[in-house]
Amino acid sequence: MATTFQSSQRSRADASIAPSLEREVVPVARANSVLELIGNTPLLEITRLVHGKLAPGVRIFAKLEGFNPGGSVKDRAARKMIEVGLSDGSLRPGKTIIDSTSGNTGIALAMVGAAVGYPVELVMAENVSRERKKIIEAYGAKITFSDPMESSDGAILLCRKIIEREPAKYFKPDQYNNEANPLAHFETTGPEIWRQTRGQVTHFVAAMGTSGTLMGTGRYLKSVNPRVQVIGVEPDDAMHGLEGLKHMASSIVPGIYHEKELDSKIAVGTEEAYDMVYTLGHDEGVLVGQSSGAAMIAAIKVAQSIREGCVVTIFPDFGDKYLSTNLWIGWQEWHRKRSAGDR
Amino acid sequence: MAVRVRVPTPLRRFTGGKDEVPAEGASIRLVLEDLERLHPGIRERLLDDKGEIRRFVNIYLNGDDIRFLESLNSKVKDGDDISIVPAIAGGR
Repeated sequence: MATTFQSSQRSRADASIAPSLEREVVPVARANSVLELIGNTPLLEITRLVHGKLAPGVRIFAKLEGFNPGGSVKDRAARKMIEVGLSDGSLRPGKTIIDSTSGNTGIALAMVGAAVGYPVELVMAENVSRERKKIIEAYGAKITFSDPMESSDGAILLCRKIIEREPAKYFKPDQYNNEANPLAHFETTGPEIWRQTRGQVTHFVAAMGTSGTLMGTGRYLKSVNPRVQVIGVEPDDAMHGLEGLKHMASSIVPGIYHEKELDSKIAVGTEEAYDMVYTLGHDEGVLVGQSSGAAMIAAIKVAQSIREGCVVTIFPDFGDKYLSTNLWIGWQEWHRKRSAGDR
Repeated sequence: MAVRVRVPTPLRRFTGGKDEVPAEGASIRLVLEDLERLHPGIRERLLDDKGEIRRFVNIYLNGDDIRFLESLNSKVKDGDDISIVPAIAGGR
């Protein structure tokens, strides 16, 4: 089922590339739905942070996915999963979209659900940040809380129980196993990067949660230039604080993840990623979340290992949703040390 | 002081898969030292090189975040509940 779906979607993906080219040349000035505003995010060259640290022929670009209307890269997958659900009939009037996610996918599903007029129910641990609860509720989605000690596993199990009680009522996008997730990136993120770099991209670096961004974008870039290197980024330990990312060796491996399609993987520590978030705000004027910090560290490692090339990475979101989280615990000390160093 | 410590999934490889283990100590720091003695390797996941609690680790004493108590020096009584929670679910 998954394979058939994937191949038929792939051919549709190829057909959709030409019109989207036009869309980018003539920016969307007027949209009929917020869903049309997803994608076509800007690519920012990172310069100050890496000044003097790279060979002259090496450049690093970050795709700022925080510019999506729901505030993250997850808008792309959420839109595609709902689109495919509607087109194959698994999502139809009377059904409710349900999933267990507190993160950006929850926000994206709540936004897309509101835009297509379907109710959304999200199951999440009770200790998620207040900003998140408010954002999700503002889109009209219903939140069911699970035990905070059980973290995301507790939310997954509770979500399963809710579906078991009324299986006919729900449509579960299941981003970890839904091929529409990488397909969204094959159809949009990949072609955008190819155009934005005028085909010059040599390395694509992305952090892995569901691995949808990495798989779909990497697959597209390799289809247009098989020499493009695709590099996955993951936490360096099972015990980590890189929200949204998965330490694959100790996790339930997503069904859409195919490690053989990667050229390499880079492990990043939580605390170095947090420090990179502070540095990106301070030196580049870009305030991002921790997954962007991890991606940036890996992109720099890749860029420092080559003499010539164009490294593209993904900054999945901006940092405003994390201001009340542990991400910022060390900022004052970092800032104090940094100021002392600058003097 | 004998306490029970609730262990999150990513650290259960050090506790033989147990989600709750007993430990002893008069403060959180001493309880963590005892945990390391009983389950070697667990300490460096919780504390950094300077012996401070890692930024992405939350420790709760009877439901209160120790950062709002006396951090690692928070006093512990017999029968207290200590929970270790990675900050993955995103703040307060």
